[in-house]
Amino acid sequence: MPETVISAQNLDLTFETNDGPVHALKDITLDIAEGEFVSLIGPSGCGKTTLLRVIADLETPTGGTVSVNGMTPDEARLARAYGYVFQQSALLPWRTIEENVALPLEVMGLDKATRNQRIVSNLELVNLTGFEKKFPWQLSGGMQQRASIARALAVEPAMLLMDEPFGALDEIVRDHLNEQLLKLWAKTKKTVVFVTHSIPEAVFLSTKIVVMSPRPGRIHEIIDCNLGTDRALDIRETPEFLRIAHQVREGLKAGHSYDE
Amino acid sequence: MSVFRPNWQALMSLLATLYSLTAVPFTDSMGSGTPLIVVAILLAGALASMLRLSFALEAAVLTLASFGAAAVLIGGLADAFGTASRGYFAALGAAWLLGWRLVTVLSGDGSRGSDGGGGTAIIVPALFGLWVVILWECIVRGAGVPFVLLPPPSAIGLKITNSTSILAADFKQTVLKAVLFGYVVGSLTGFLVAILADRFRFFANGLLPIGNMVSALPMIGIAPVMVIWFGFDWQSKAAVVIVMTFFPMLVNTLAGLAASSDMERDLMRTYGATHWQVLLKLRLQAAMPFIFNALKINSTLALIGAIVAEFFGTPIVGMGFRISTEVGRMNLDMVWAEIAMAAIVGSLFYGALALLERSVTFWHPSYRR
Ligand SMILES: Nc1ncnc2c1ncn2[C@@H]1O[C@H](COP(=O)(O)OP(=O)(O)O)[C@@H](O)[C@H]1O
Ligand SMILES: [Mg+2]
Repeated sequence: MPETVISAQNLDLTFETNDGPVHALKDITLDIAEGEFVSLIGPSGCGKTTLLRVIADLETPTGGTVSVNGMTPDEARLARAYGYVFQQSALLPWRTIEENVALPLEVMGLDKATRNQRIVSNLELVNLTGFEKKFPWQLSGGMQQRASIARALAVEPAMLLMDEPFGALDEIVRDHLNEQLLKLWAKTKKTVVFVTHSIPEAVFLSTKIVVMSPRPGRIHEIIDCNLGTDRALDIRETPEFLRIAHQVREGLKAGHSYDE
Repeated sequence: MSVFRPNWQALMSLLATLYSLTAVPFTDSMGSGTPLIVVAILLAGALASMLRLSFALEAAVLTLASFGAAAVLIGGLADAFGTASRGYFAALGAAWLLGWRLVTVLSGDGSRGSDGGGGTAIIVPALFGLWVVILWECIVRGAGVPFVLLPPPSAIGLKITNSTSILAADFKQTVLKAVLFGYVVGSLTGFLVAILADRFRFFANGLLPIGNMVSALPMIGIAPVMVIWFGFDWQSKAAVVIVMTFFPMLVNTLAGLAASSDMERDLMRTYGATHWQVLLKLRLQAAMPFIFNALKINSTLALIGAIVAEFFGTPIVGMGFRISTEVGRMNLDMVWAEIAMAAIVGSLFYGALALLERSVTFWHPSYRR
């Protein structure tokens, strides 16, 4: 039985805004085991990003507890237990691709030889060898996002937190990156928490799909989904895939009351 | 495709040239032969530029015609102050129009992709400046504008070459001492205080209103006070410059430090970066365009500040001192020599900063290539 690495108990988070309180997360309880690929799916505004940010200690919950790798989120962040991939690549424009990958390594105070070795191996992992000296704005959106994944991996974290990393990319690039991400996951055995609002993406990638519903953001249903380790894109035509996709769609429909 | 390519500058130039023939001779000293040479040059230039010539040939013809005609016209003013006829000014206008055509051709009108780029960025403003000087010279001397009102550039140039030692002393006193010291100290303290004010927010909250008040103070008011505090020599001028440059740098740096995005700051937070690491690796880099903006503003302010401050008591040297005393003696050529030096120093200072800015903020969307 693999160990639980992320555990949320009765999480609550209310934002105090000028228009009054926004109840972003309500009573979230979720366990994620080591090596799992968990997708958070739901309509926009249902708190997916907020939940991920709470795990990453970028947001403080107003109620409940979270533990990450057996630590508080704060301790886990300072121990660099996770790598965070944002919706946009957030590469610094004045740094080349290799310098961007080096950024967290410089913050960690690693020596130059170690930095160089990690730059080389992680850029290779995301197929960006040969682009080390380019500036981010000289690359396509898909390449930029791959560079930001390499940057997150260079920290050698136990887990990856990804917030709609491919949301801004077109369908073809996204398919391609999904395949690459799956290979990467199989190779590195990292725990991944992945936010998306695409059903095929979630079913294709995940071992577990967390269906969320809005106002207030809560977990509607957790669907197990394991299509075997050696998946290719054409698995999306199989009955098993379609059955799970259907189940997710039904879950989203039920969770989302169309009452407005 | 016709070999003929009319353009409006050449057409206008042609008309002006023909009109100039109605008022020959051009000046008292020109006789009636020289105008014909000018007219011939101008006609040749205008007609040639309307043919479909290669880029290089057209540029060469226009350069020769416009500056050739201008040279003869300037030469014709010797011992003929204030005697230029309508024809003289028409010919001058015709030459200027050919110069305009030259600039149009060089800026890549119809010949994009050919040469262009880097060279024209310098050549076009230089041509423009040259024509300002030519027109100034010809109009002032041709129409006989009184010397105190506006001396011709040639007289100013002569004054500059004849008084290099005075100018050098003034440059040293005003620029090398007051401006440079004040600029460096003012900008640097503005920057450092911004870093502190950013770390300790209450500091910024107290400082910014005072800053706004001080920058609203008229320099005319603080300069005499600084003289009383810091004496007649350059130190009081440097103090004025410090007061003037401190707050633009403070305000711009503070704005620049806020320029990085929330996402970029969150990213640094996920790395567990310290305040100073975030500052050094992210926020100061993102602030560079703002900091350079302040450096450029300050380069202008510093020069103005030091010169004007010298109007309020100074040892007998300095650009501002020279301007205020020579105006009193009606030596306008000396005043203009100082103004010319100030303009050149200011432009070089600004230009050097702009070049540096380009190499530091090459990543900014406005510079990317
Ligand atoms: N910093 C914030 N301040 C106030 N409200 C916020 C903040 N961040 C998110 N919210 C609100 O919380 C809710 C959930 O947001 P989010 O987690 O971004 O949703 P999702 O990622 O699922 O689209 C939304 O209603 C959003 O407006
Ligand atoms: Mg989101």
